[in-house]
Amino acid sequence: MTEIQSLEKRFQDRIDAEERIEPRDWMPEKYRKTLIRQISQHAHSEVVGMLPEGNWITRAPNLRRKLGLIAKVQDEAGHGLYLYSACETLGISRDEVLDQLHTGKAKYSSIFNYPTLTWADIGAIGWLVDGAAILNQVPLCRCSYGPYARAMVRVCKEESFHQRQGYEIMLTLANGTPEQKEMAQDAINRWWWPSLMMFGPNDSESTHSAQSMAWRIKRFSNDELRQRMVDMIKPQTDILGLTLPDPEIKWNEERGAHDFGEIDWDEFWSVVKGDGPCNKERLAARVKAHEEGQWVRDAALAYAEKQEVRKASDGKTKVA
Amino acid sequence: MGEIISLKRESLLKYVLQLADNALILGQRLAELCGHGPILEQDIAITNISLDLIGEARILYQYAAEIEGNGKTEDDYPYKRDVRDWQNILLVELPNGHFGYTIMRQFMFDCYHYYHLKAMTNSGDERLAQIAAKTIKEATYHLKYSSEWVIRLGDGTQESHDKMQEALNDRIRFFDEAFIPSKIENDKSLNGVAVDCTKIKASAWAKFTEVCQTANLEIPEVKFPQKGGKDGVHTEHFGFILAELQFVQKSYPDSNW
Ligand SMILES: [Fe+2]
Ligand SMILES: [Fe+2]
Ligand SMILES: [Fe+2]
Repeated sequence: MTEIQSLEKRFQDRIDAEERIEPRDWMPEKYRKTLIRQISQHAHSEVVGMLPEGNWITRAPNLRRKLGLIAKVQDEAGHGLYLYSACETLGISRDEVLDQLHTGKAKYSSIFNYPTLTWADIGAIGWLVDGAAILNQVPLCRCSYGPYARAMVRVCKEESFHQRQGYEIMLTLANGTPEQKEMAQDAINRWWWPSLMMFGPNDSESTHSAQSMAWRIKRFSNDELRQRMVDMIKPQTDILGLTLPDPEIKWNEERGAHDFGEIDWDEFWSVVKGDGPCNKERLAARVKAHEEGQWVRDAALAYAEKQEVRKASDGKTKVA
Repeated sequence: MGEIISLKRESLLKYVLQLADNALILGQRLAELCGHGPILEQDIAITNISLDLIGEARILYQYAAEIEGNGKTEDDYPYKRDVRDWQNILLVELPNGHFGYTIMRQFMFDCYHYYHLKAMTNSGDERLAQIAAKTIKEATYHLKYSSEWVIRLGDGTQESHDKMQEALNDRIRFFDEAFIPSKIENDKSLNGVAVDCTKIKASAWAKFTEVCQTANLEIPEVKFPQKGGKDGVHTEHFGFILAELQFVQKSYPDSNW
């Protein structure tokens, strides 16, 4: 066995023993790269995800909802921060990963490329999108990479609060006026399929899955998680007295799970490749914020440096 | 006697709404920035201030609803009044502009807000005193935050200095409205209840001047301070703020959300 092979074997043994890998531990380069890709995409998703919901903050229908929505969007910013920090433990700076986002090299969750048209969309996003995020992220709390796993524990607590808040908005609408009920149904109709797409391509098409499973970055396949989503959401939709826009959805006694229809994979891939309804706007908004913030970041840096120099020369005069 | 009491109640209501309107409109303006800040940490910080201010507005609107005692709720005031009924100062409704403008507007407001709340902790109206005691903790932090950023940007790079000086030059004429008493602040029935805003002017200006000096910013002379907001005469921006704020309730009246 070469030295690298024995390192790799020890690494895999530790993973198999459910040990956590920490930043200073030896890890295969591909493990590091895979994590950087996944964690940075996750971070970008949190931050880009602020935009569609942020779109409704100024129009929230009452003060309680306004505060709830602002706090939620702020939580997502916090998730972005923890995740960018987790990336940094893998040896890549926030500037570098942001650059990958702004140049279109890095992806983020496609769901945020859909527009928020009515207040009900805020309910539907909290319920469905944060719901899907929870299903994806709860297993990540046991991810083999320590900093990512720990970030996810914190994040998941907040995501389940978001989901409850979103569902509560939907319940209020579903029990409201006919117009409100219609608004809620329309939001489900538009958000359901994109939410199912959040779990990624079918297992047969998924390129990174097998290795990620072996490294215990991933614990369940895309299709397994998608099935859980359908099984979780269907009864909740029934309680709302609303429906999912899928005529094929039906309880399958034998499987003990719901059958459901086929995702429009052409739509999925076109949004992934940048041709969704809001891809250009979302990216443009992030780039604009970043570019317009350049002078602020420069100034903060220049000021900090000046303060350092001042402190140093203060020290000298005191010594003298 | 009954008439005097109800007159006083009406004045108190108006006064409470003036305080609430300031907090809400600035909170609403800051909320526009959520997701668009110059750096994630500052996005979060600005959003925090927005949450604090809208939270403060909410407590005050709740108090207003109690004073009226006719079944109104905290949402009736922000969502159902038109432009001329709002009493916030003009400063808080000005657009965010670049980050320097946002910070300068915040700093001016914080200079006023902090000293105003400090005085209000001694209000003869127990409820207002309590609200002030609670919210001054947040306002203390806001003033610290905005002061630090005025200094950081004023004394950062040449570009940031110029942008802060630009913001100061353009906005300074909106600073003094906070210290010019409105009819309601001069109302005799609110003696000992309403803060005498002329009395906090010196402290607010002292803080303002000190920070601007540290930031290497020059305070221009103001010949005609802009005012009118407290009497419901707003800038042209204001109607658009309400159009957004009230859009859902106007489109779907009498619904629960
Ligand atoms: Fe999140
Ligand atoms: Fe997430
Ligand atoms: Fe969330």
